[in-house]
Amino acid sequence: MSALAQQLPAGVEIPEIPWAAISPELTLFGAGILVLLLDTAGPRRRTSSVIALAILLGIAALAAIPGGAAPEIVALLVGAGVLQLALTLWLHTRPRLLGAVLTVVALVATIGIAAWQYQAAANGGMVGTESLLADMVAVDGVALFTRFVVAGAGILTVLLGFAYLQDRRIHRGEYYPLLLFTATGMTLLASAADLLMVFLAVEILSLALYVMTGLARRDMASQEGAFKYLLLGAFSSAFLLYGIALVYGATGTTHIATAGVALSDPGTPAGLVFAGIALMLVGFAFKVALVPFHMWTPDVYQGAPTPVTAFMAAATKVAAFAAFLRVFTGGMEQLAWIWVPAVSVLAAITMLVGAALAVVQDDLKRMLGYSAVAHAGYAAIGLVAVSEIGTGATLFYLLAYAIMSLGAFGILTILERRQRKAIAVADLRGLWQSAPSLAVMFALFLLSLAGIPGTVGFIAKFGIVRAAVDAGLVWLAVVLVISSVIAAYFYIRVIVAMFMDDEPAHLADAPVPPASAASTAVSVAAVGVIALGVLPPAVIDLAERAATFAG
Amino acid sequence: MTGLAEGAAVAAPAGSPAAWAWLMAVVPLASAAVLLLVGRRLGRAAPWVAILSAGFSLTLAVWTAVWLGAREAGERTVVHTVATWLPAGDLEVDWAVLVDPLAVAMSLLVTGVGLLIHVYSLGYMEHDRDIPRFFAYLNLFLGSMLVLVLGESLLTLFVGWELVGLCSYLLIGFWFDSRANASAAKKAFVINRVGDVGFMIAMFVLFGAIGSLSLTEVLPAAEGLAGGTLIAVGLLLFLGATGKSAQIPLYIWLPDAMAGPTPVSALIHAATMVTAGVYLVARMSPLYVQIPEIGLVVAAVGAATALVAALIAVAQSDIKRVLAYSTVSQLGYMFMAVGVGAYSAGIFHLLTHGFFKALLFLAAGSVMHAMADRGDIREMGGLLRDLPITGGTAAVGTLAIAGFPLTAGFYSKEEILAAVADTAGGEVILAIGLAVALLTAFYMARWFALVFLGPRRFEELEDPPHPHESPLSMTLPLVLLAVASLGGGLLNLDPETGLLAGWLAPSVVAFEQTAAIIGHGLLEAIAIALALVGLAAGVLLYRGGPRVVSEASTPVVRFAQDAFRVDELYRAAIVTPGHWLAVGLAWFDARGIDGLVNGAGRGTAALATAGARVQTGFVRSYALAVLIGTVLLIAALVGVWMAAADDLMLLGGWR
Repeated sequence: MSALAQQLPAGVEIPEIPWAAISPELTLFGAGILVLLLDTAGPRRRTSSVIALAILLGIAALAAIPGGAAPEIVALLVGAGVLQLALTLWLHTRPRLLGAVLTVVALVATIGIAAWQYQAAANGGMVGTESLLADMVAVDGVALFTRFVVAGAGILTVLLGFAYLQDRRIHRGEYYPLLLFTATGMTLLASAADLLMVFLAVEILSLALYVMTGLARRDMASQEGAFKYLLLGAFSSAFLLYGIALVYGATGTTHIATAGVALSDPGTPAGLVFAGIALMLVGFAFKVALVPFHMWTPDVYQGAPTPVTAFMAAATKVAAFAAFLRVFTGGMEQLAWIWVPAVSVLAAITMLVGAALAVVQDDLKRMLGYSAVAHAGYAAIGLVAVSEIGTGATLFYLLAYAIMSLGAFGILTILERRQRKAIAVADLRGLWQSAPSLAVMFALFLLSLAGIPGTVGFIAKFGIVRAAVDAGLVWLAVVLVISSVIAAYFYIRVIVAMFMDDEPAHLADAPVPPASAASTAVSVAAVGVIALGVLPPAVIDLAERAATFAG
Repeated sequence: MTGLAEGAAVAAPAGSPAAWAWLMAVVPLASAAVLLLVGRRLGRAAPWVAILSAGFSLTLAVWTAVWLGAREAGERTVVHTVATWLPAGDLEVDWAVLVDPLAVAMSLLVTGVGLLIHVYSLGYMEHDRDIPRFFAYLNLFLGSMLVLVLGESLLTLFVGWELVGLCSYLLIGFWFDSRANASAAKKAFVINRVGDVGFMIAMFVLFGAIGSLSLTEVLPAAEGLAGGTLIAVGLLLFLGATGKSAQIPLYIWLPDAMAGPTPVSALIHAATMVTAGVYLVARMSPLYVQIPEIGLVVAAVGAATALVAALIAVAQSDIKRVLAYSTVSQLGYMFMAVGVGAYSAGIFHLLTHGFFKALLFLAAGSVMHAMADRGDIREMGGLLRDLPITGGTAAVGTLAIAGFPLTAGFYSKEEILAAVADTAGGEVILAIGLAVALLTAFYMARWFALVFLGPRRFEELEDPPHPHESPLSMTLPLVLLAVASLGGGLLNLDPETGLLAGWLAPSVVAFEQTAAIIGHGLLEAIAIALALVGLAAGVLLYRGGPRVVSEASTPVVRFAQDAFRVDELYRAAIVTPGHWLAVGLAWFDARGIDGLVNGAGRGTAALATAGARVQTGFVRSYALAVLIGTVLLIAALVGVWMAAADDLMLLGGWR
């Protein structure tokens, strides 16, 4: 490397690339490329796998040059190459299963690496809360926490989706690479320390999601959702980009922390400050679905294949909020007096409108879509608290929401397989008799979403209320409670239909092969809802310690 | 000030009976649990389990009394902590027993009379199909009463207090398949709850003022309490006492409590339950001694109750109902005593009354046993020949309650009247006390004459019963109680120097003598004369059978027969308004509150339906929403800035 630097003209710096710090993104992205490669190779995927092995070995050899990466990384690269070859040889006749297995392996590896990074950071040895890659990327608590949640949600999504996609004949090869790419975008978004990186990450995750939403090519709702998502996503991206441009214009930098300080300087032109903040706010509000920028949510949630919806609800939200937190709570803390009132009002409206509109929905996916809007409002309270407690509360809330929504959408996935149609509330009548364990678990997820004590939903909501009260935003806590009361109505309506309606729904209960993977995923979510609802301290502690931003 | 008031409690030495006194309550409770759980499998052994546990408690009580008596007079207040119960912030309550002369005297009565009633029930309940349950409740009652009596903390005392209430409910409604019994049980429970509220509030006030509920801390601290607090606590505790001890205004449950089996009546009237209120006031004597004016209120309520109940008793014709009203009346005497601060006299009367009232009830039970469960004394008569033991012992009980010279009742009643005579402002109370003495002698003589003397009226009934004397298990307790009723006076031959007075001295604080309304010798002579006149009149008038009521006095007699229509008064004044209030509230809940909730629900749904219409499905309208939102957002931010602009200008501000 030093030899290379000497050949360059003076004045040009080669940034030292902290491979270890961005290894989760590299893992996800590399796995995505690999799965794509193996998929496009068709019958010759064994050959492709060998080529992939050769490439990985080559990279490992490069990395092994003295002064390069650590020996662990070399070993990991070699191991990954051998593993993918072994898996390909084993599963070369079943490409979808191969893709799913490789995806899960990559996601598990991501969790492992993130855990290692967290461990190192906790010991004070690793990157800690530093900005890297020429201040483009920060590896800090928020980023690590998001990596855990996104990768975990990805694993459950793969498990949930396999049989479902198979049944609906939309199990396409590009599904798994897209999932990995969007996960890459999400983790990158959570660790972006620069507004340009934020924009890039948003685009990476969004483009993959647009395609995933439209995966069901013969389903008009899916196509409609994908198209709306694309159009409106592009529209909102424009706002975000314009906002970033204005901030750059005002401050001369796109680095979040520096720009934040510069924006709060009284010498900065006020018009640019306001316009920049407002437009960026629109971009983020669109991504996390705050009213009135939420309009796409119900259509997209309803149209997308259910496992995709689950992933969208669980992972996209946490990634978008992570960036939202970093830019606003972290970077523009000094300007909180400007944006906190506006975002507070947005959060309040979101909570009320989301809950109220969910009341009149009959389609369960659409109902959960509106409920996702309301939950975005709850999570936003931790944001406007502008405190470590608030940030921790939002992070924990997003984890909780990820578990609950994966569980709830997971149940819908299983039910849709059995009934071969979209599920309305009326279709659930008497589910308690026909499928007691499903009914009980669905009830559990709904109660948790409603915030009933004993479930993680309650603990999470409690944290949010505490943050709000600490920040003197009691009125937001009151709105949260009102919204929760409204929301309880439609959650419990479903429970009543499942348990107390005497007349069962007459539906084709198609005998489908059981999907143990999906059942496992839902059970894991159920266990998580109860475990974190009864014994939350460890994870709350994790979330609160994660509430740190890289300077 | 002596004893508890000085806070001179000492810890119970290990191995002493005081350290084991808690078993006195726990063993019957445990036995009750066993009987409730596996009583049916025990079969005929079940009553014996209960009797043995009651016997154990009595033995322990006697041992404790003997042990305590052997100690120095100043060291007879012993506390033993069994375990910590509630460690809640400032409030720390232990399961602790307070063994002192008062508690021991009470536990002797409770276990002694209780045991006799257990034995009696063996014969009385022989043919019942639910014997184990009955004995389980009896044991529970006994154990609860001992929790109450031995409790070192007001809260422990309250636990016993509530358990006793529960037991009375269970036992009065023992034959719950009859509606009358069930509603009598409910009445007893509900009316007792009214008093309990008073007790509870008194506890709250005491805890607020003193910061403890432990008797060994509360009683010494009572001296330093503000006058208002003292009066409030005194009145509230007395309200509690009127509930348990059946005084005006809460006495109305006791006559209905006849619905239970007769041994239960004896237990409630003599040994447990009704004595709790008197015990409470005596226990709190260091508090009441500072508010003699409230004591006078207590005495006045007692006197009024005694008079009202005695008048009602004269007109009753049910064998147990006469006795029930007489209990209410006699309790009135006890409250007269404790009200004027003559605690040893009050407890003395409590003990002697325990003897003779248990005797009378058990005798009544024996009579009903013989009469095939008929209870109307107008249909009886001449039973002395068939039931010599029952009749003879009942005669002793009648003489004792009437205050015939040298019986137990004579001495205790005499002491009460003397104490009232020594109290300033006690003239009216004393007059009432004397009038009630006359009435008591009269109605008890009437009761005895109608049941045991005169013609055998029951032979004219359809299906006449063939009376025969009860078995030994029933007559033995009668004889023992008759002996106690005759000789009970020995406990306290003199108010100042008697055995009981000296014994109780460390536990209670007597008032000072404040007046001398009448000489004690003259008072005694008057009382004896009244008792003799009453007895003679009762026997002479009713020896020949029930008397025809003259037309002129019919309404008055009717009124007394209907117990002064107090139940109807309460029904009209409280129950009916309460019912209508409940109906009104139910209506308000159904229409008002539910309507509000339903309305809110419908309103939300309507709003949401309207809101959902905004969601047209057209991307262009979604984009429009985003655009409008953006404009509003910018406007909002600018608004915030404008609001803050003035301050910023001062600071140099933005351009």
